[in-house]
Formats: sequence, C-alpha cells, structure tokens
Amino acid sequence: MPIFIDRRLNPKDKSLGNRQRFLRRAREELKRSIRDKVRTGSIAELDRQHAVPIPRKGTGEPTFADDSESGRRHHILPGNRTFSSGDIIPKPGGGRGGGGYGSGSGTAESEDDFRFVLSREEVLDLFFEDLELPDLVKLNLKQVLSFKPRRAGFAASGAPTNINVGRTMRNSHGRRIALRRPKQAELDAIARQIAELEAKPASALVRERIAALREALDRLERRRKRIAYVDPVDIRFNRFDPQPLPNANAVMFCLMDVSGSMGEREKDLAKRFFVLLHLFLTRRYERIDIVFIRHTHLAKEVDEHTFFYRTESGGTVVSTALEEMHRIIEQRYPVAEWNIYAAQASDGDNFAGDSERCIELLDRKLMRLCQYFAYVEIIDERESHIFGATENGTSLWRAYNAIDGKWPNFQMRRIAAPADIYPVFRQLFARQPGLRKSA
Amino acid sequence: MVSQACTSELLFSGSDWNFAKLSRVYEEIEALGLEELGLDIYPVQMEVISSEQMLDAYSSLGMPLMYRHWSFGKRFLYDELLYRKGARGLAYEMVINSNPCIVYLMEENTMALQALVTAHAALGHNHFFKNNHLFRQWTDAGGILSYLDFAKSYIARCEERHGVTPVEAILDSAHALMEQGVFRYRRPPKLSSEQQREGLHERLEYEERSFNDLWRTLPPSPGKSKQDATDQILAERKKSLKLPEENLLYFLEKNSLVLEPWQREIIRIVRIIAQYFYPQRQTQVMNEGCATFVHYTLMNTLFDRCRISEGAMLEMLRNHSNVIFQPAYDDPRYSGINPYALGLDMMQDIRRISTAPTAEDRDWFPDIAGRGDWRDTLLDAWANHRDESFVRQYLSPALIRKWRLFMLADNADEPHYEVASIHNERGYAKIRSALAQSYDVGASRPDIQVIDVDLLGDRRLRLQHTVKNGLMLEGGSRDATLRHIRNLWGYDVSMVAVDAETGAMLGERSTKEV
Repeated sequence: MPIFIDRRLNPKDKSLGNRQRFLRRAREELKRSIRDKVRTGSIAELDRQHAVPIPRKGTGEPTFADDSESGRRHHILPGNRTFSSGDIIPKPGGGRGGGGYGSGSGTAESEDDFRFVLSREEVLDLFFEDLELPDLVKLNLKQVLSFKPRRAGFAASGAPTNINVGRTMRNSHGRRIALRRPKQAELDAIARQIAELEAKPASALVRERIAALREALDRLERRRKRIAYVDPVDIRFNRFDPQPLPNANAVMFCLMDVSGSMGEREKDLAKRFFVLLHLFLTRRYERIDIVFIRHTHLAKEVDEHTFFYRTESGGTVVSTALEEMHRIIEQRYPVAEWNIYAAQASDGDNFAGDSERCIELLDRKLMRLCQYFAYVEIIDERESHIFGATENGTSLWRAYNAIDGKWPNFQMRRIAAPADIYPVFRQLFARQPGLRKSA
Repeated sequence: MVSQACTSELLFSGSDWNFAKLSRVYEEIEALGLEELGLDIYPVQMEVISSEQMLDAYSSLGMPLMYRHWSFGKRFLYDELLYRKGARGLAYEMVINSNPCIVYLMEENTMALQALVTAHAALGHNHFFKNNHLFRQWTDAGGILSYLDFAKSYIARCEERHGVTPVEAILDSAHALMEQGVFRYRRPPKLSSEQQREGLHERLEYEERSFNDLWRTLPPSPGKSKQDATDQILAERKKSLKLPEENLLYFLEKNSLVLEPWQREIIRIVRIIAQYFYPQRQTQVMNEGCATFVHYTLMNTLFDRCRISEGAMLEMLRNHSNVIFQPAYDDPRYSGINPYALGLDMMQDIRRISTAPTAEDRDWFPDIAGRGDWRDTLLDAWANHRDESFVRQYLSPALIRKWRLFMLADNADEPHYEVASIHNERGYAKIRSALAQSYDVGASRPDIQVIDVDLLGDRRLRLQHTVKNGLMLEGGSRDATLRHIRNLWGYDVSMVAVDAETGAMLGERSTKEV
C-alpha cells in the first residue's frame, strides 16, 4: 500500500520568493520598461498589471561552454534517406556548426515572445521608486478601495447573527394565518366549554357533546403541532453589500503649456506628476473624470493623446487655460456633485501682464471651486540650485506665490527631477485622516 | 475480440480518478511488476498536485524543497510562459530519487493516465533509482530530503544574518561552477585514524629495518641542479593541495583564501546538489527507457489479462506514442534524439535479440542472443550501465538500420559537413561508438582542472582547460565564469588551454585581462 498525500490544498505560490528576488535583480531594466509604459500609455492605465519583456541584463547565468564555432564534432542523426558515406553537405547559415540541428534552440526566440505579467502592486512599486514617496503614502496608494458593508435588502440564507427578527416574524405570522394555525385562544375556549359541560349533571346529550368537543380539541391540537410557529422558510437574514468608500466623484484637470519650450523631458516629468495625482484620486474616489486642457496663447480641451504628443506653436497666455477650466466647470461639473482637483504644469513662461489676470482668476473664482490646485514649474536640472529661493523666478512663479500664501489648498513647486514631484502633493496625502500623525 | 473471452474484472472504469482506484491500480501494478519483470523498488509515496504546483516543482530543479534564488524565479517565469502559451505541456508526473520514492501525480490526469504514470514512475523510475550503480554509489536517497531541508533553512539563516545580497553573490558564483563541481571518479575511502596510525607504524618499522648509515656518507651528486629542487617544491606543493583537482567547487570550498565559514558551507550545499544530479544526467536514456519499457510492458500485460478496458488502453497508447515520437533530422519538430524513444527501442531490441535473434545478432551479441533470459539481461543492464556504456554495449545494427542513423563530421573550419558513416556494414561500429561518446557527460563537458597555486607568491589560481578535438570555450561566458571563480578565490585566476593530444598551449586567459 503506497502512501497517498493530497498536496493540492497546500499553499500556492511556493516560488513567490524566487520571483521577488528575480524582480529585484532585474530592477533597473524593469524600471525602464515601466517608465516607457508611463511615457507611452495613458494616465489612467498605469494602475493595473502589465506585461513586460523578461529582462536579460544582469540575469545571465554563465558557465563554461564550448564555442560552437570551433573544433571538430560528430553528430549522430536519425532518418537518413538519401546520404551515403562521403557525401558533402553545405552548412546552413554560412558555416555555423551544430546550431542548425536544434542544439541551440530556446535562445533564438525573439524577445517579444517572452513577456511576463507584473502584478499591479509590482508595477506601482517600480513606478514609485524614484519618486521617493514616504512608505506610508506608498502603502496608501497601493491599497485597493476599502469597502463598507451596506444594508441591501433581505436574503433567505445567511449567518445566524444576521437574522432579521421583525421580517422573520412577519413571514411566520402571514403563514400561520394562511394555513389557519389554530390559536391558543380557540383551544382555551373549547377547553373551557368542556369544563363547563362536565360541571353540569351528566346526560347522554351532554356526554355526546363533550365527546364531540374533545374530538375537535384533539384535531386542533394536532393541526397546531403540524404547523410550526416559526418555520425555516420564514427566516430572513439581513443582506449586506460591500460598498466602496467614499462614494463620490472627482474631476481632475490637467493643465499644460504646450508651446515649443516644453520639450520631451519636460513633458515626461509633467506626465508623472499627473499620473501621481491620478493614482491618489483613484484611491479616494469611485469615479474620476480627467479633463485635459492645453494652451499656447489659446486654450483648448483635448484628448489625452493630443495633450501629450502634439506640439503646437504660438505664444503663451496662461490665463486662457484657467478661463477654459472655469468654463468647463460651470458647464459640466457642478461643485455640489464633484470634487475638483487641478494640476498645472508649465515651464514658467507667460505673456507679459497676463500673470495678474491669472491671480485674479484663481483668487476670485477657481480657488473657491477647487479642492486642490497643484502647480509645478519644470526647470532645467542645472537651474535647480540657482532657483533655490522661492521668491525670485518667472513672472508666473511670482504671481502664484501670492496665491500660495493665501490659499492653503494651493501648492506649487519647481521640479527638475522625478524625486521633486512628491513634495507638491505632500499636503494632499497628509490630509488623509490615517496619515495625520506622520505628516 | 479478446475482451469477450475475458472473465476477470476491470481495474477501473470511467475517466475520473479517486484514491481508492489509485490504490487498487497501484497494488495490481506493483504485484505485476515484481512478478513479471522482477523489479525491486523503494516504498512509494504518491502526492497529488495541481498544475501550478507542478510549475513550482519545475523551477526548483524538480525538488520538493529548495533554497531561494532568483534564477529559480527566472526559470519559473519561462516555464509558466511556455505553458500558458501552449508551447509546452506539463509533465504528467515527476518522480524524486528518494526513499520513500516520491511520485507527483497531476490532478488533471484521467484515471488511465494515472495508471500509466504509476507504472512509469512508481515502478520504472523507482526501480532504476534503487538499482542503478550510479545512483547507489553517488546519491543518498534516504537522506536527500532532509539534506535539502537543512540547505534551505541554512541559506535562509545566512540571508537573515548576512543579508540577501552577499548570499546571492556566493550562490551566483557557485551556480556558475556547478558543471565543474562534481567528482567524476570515486576517490578511495579515507583511512580511519586507526588505519592511519597503523600505516605510520609500519612505515617507521620498515625504515628501521632498512636503515643503512652508509647512505648518509654518499656525496651529493653534482648532476642535481637547482631545476630539480624547484621541481621538487612544485611537486610537494601539488601533493599537499592534492592537485590537479577536477572539482573546482570542492577545491575552492577547501582552499579559498577569502571565504568565511558560512560561505564555504553554501558552496558545499551547491556542490552536493550538483553531485546528486550528476547520475541523472548520465542516465537519461536508460532511466526514461527503463520507465517507458516498464509501463509499456505492464500495461500490455494488464490489457491481455483484461484488467484494463479498451478505451483506457487506447488512451494510454496515444499518450505513449506521443512520448516516444522521434522525428527525422530534417523534420521541423526535430530537437535531438528522444531519450524515451531510444531507450525503449534498445530495450525492446534486447528482448528481441534474446528471444528471436537473427544470424547478425548472434554475431554481434553472442552472450545474449537466443538465450531467452531477456529479463535478467535487462535487469543487469539497468543495474550496471550508464547511457554511454549502454549504447556502446547494446545498440544493434538492426536498430541502427531501423532508425536510419548516420554520422555527420562537422569541422568548424570547413564550410560543409561530411557524411562520415551511414547505417551500413562499415558504419555500424563507428555510429555506435560516436553515439555512445555523445552520451558521455564527463567527456562532452569542458575538462577544466586546478593545476597549481602559489600560496606564498602572488596566490594566483591556475586552471587548465584540456582542449579535445579543438573545442575552445565560448569567450563571453568563459570570462564571466572566470570572474565568478575570482570572487570565490579572492585573487587572480588564470586559465591555460592545452591541446589534449599534442600538449601544445593554445592560449591563456587571466582575470587581470577581463
């Protein structure tokens, strides 16, 4: 008799630890893949699993191996049909020995064939890496929406703790009426009659009457036993539906200057800035709309692809974008129903005299409507130390500085590298109740 | 039909399996295997696993326990991809050379397949593991699981104490040398201290007996030059380090100048695992051939005795013929000689030779032709051969003709192949010998040995690559592997390539250059 062991219920993912080690090993290459994803994909797309090519660099396992282009070998092959000894056969592929007969298979597969899926968590890990987010924030962003059970009617099955007594008794009552379950009062009345009759002097008529009454009482009692007071079919349970929390809508405005001065690097940084805000919003709101507004000297609402990839020539008038945003809010996003977040990226250029108009727009109108307004000015890495102090800078910067002091939900920052992005949102993340301590 | 004449009961019906059926089938097959083929097996432990668990087992070299390393994660990803894309099916079973012999059964298998797998793995492989001399000598079936358990927890402890990165670095380097980390020949057993003392005593006694004071008075011969003295020092040194040494991992573990004790222990773990797998690499054809022969014979016997329904038998035959499919060399599906097919064909050929030999067979195999005791011949072959010697001994001309084997001479300097031999009278012996040679793992791997190290000088480790048939090492991987050796040794490493026949030096590579 052999020993049988059923291993199917053993914990799965035995090789998860090895997978993590492999990912760590190939971190740099994977990070590049994810960066490309962010660059080419849409903002909302990042937040899920992705297929990436299996990295090759840093994951080689060298051993001593014979060089296929040296030496003398003998191959034994099956299935000869036409050859006789002494025949000369030209080598396929210009003299590479051996490889033509399947010995080198496996390495020849094209790289595209070997893609594996990174889970959402792994993707976010890689994305967060050079953003230098605090750990608590990372945790918060990776967390899937929390759910709260909400009453959603009744169910015929469930846990005993969830029995709804009122509903159960109502059912039981209805059933008892429908099936005409004898009431206690009826039985009592008959019993009383019998007692009265028995008290009278006994006659044939009375005896007959008593017998009839006893029979009726007996029948009723049997019926009462057959029809239960509370039957399993009566029982109702409270039903709960998991409801995502909180249950609200948000709209995210992405504003960007697309004039010629915004190059590839600037747009890449801006995109990461938008992605991070979007990630944050997806954690807090069930439904998120994204509105892309790009501007030169004119502002226009566009789709995501146009927003990031189409350049346009023209001057720079920032206030047009703010006006457009205001117009869209009025039209489509009533403040009572939507949480409004705005993120603006620019290189700081603005038409002379327009900055005052921006201040006015923000101060009078937009900041009252917005939950949050974040502005990043993308600067050259070499300039980052020149602009150490916040006071001086472009006209737009100086103008926004005034707003910054006045409105607590306004944030601004100069960024030169991915690591600079997070501080813009610091307040946003800190405002979450669970994070208050760490902020 | 035979089935109408049958009265005995079917072992199972339907395609679903359950543990009662598995057990009944195992009992029957085991009894039949022992009686019919004279098999001798370890007790069996059958474990039912899901496909995911099978993939897990693939990536850890087929062992149920393994320490953690990124390369296993990489292998898992490849296997998983191939499986998900449908490029490769999973094995129906996996069997581990341990006592008790662990056989994995996939839960997706039908009952017919489970029966086939039971005969194949629990009887065939099991018998081979228990009886083949290589496994008996080199592996410790009773201890491997507890050793792996130790290895896993030891390496986990090292990671805890020293960090994952340093442990990974040692494992990377040790893995690179796994091929060079086995003893190919058994060394004589070490003398016990008592025997050593006795030997010393004997030697002293001999010296006392043969003492002659006259020898001391001889003047030193003038011919003894300085050269001799250095030679002697060199010989002395080599002797003290037991050089030359073919097992690089062993040498580094014992003699490296920079390794900490825990690092030596990790190298030892990798070396022992490499050694454990070495017999399997040398007996692929025989191992699979033995298992396939056993399941084929047993299933047919069961069918003849009407213990298996025709439907189940048909399903088994279908799977059987998939396993032993051997495309011709010019077929797009060709990927080398299928060990299942070659092994089964050779074993069936042995049966044919011993029961119904032709004149040619009597000529080639006078020992076994026509003697009728094919069972004993096979049991003897399974016990005492490895692939190389098995092919050399038993590949018959009839089989060479059946497979239409031919030999291509491939000289890297020439733009063409030459057909050196084909399946005819002049070619049989050459083809047989060349095929046997190709299964000689020891000879087909690069022969690299430690030849010298100057511990008092610059401490450079000197390796020698003996070049056979002009086969040089591939440059990129050679340099990377040398770097790994340098990591383990701690000082520079150099390797000379020396031609096996002429002794001429073909090149030298040092870690200083890479």
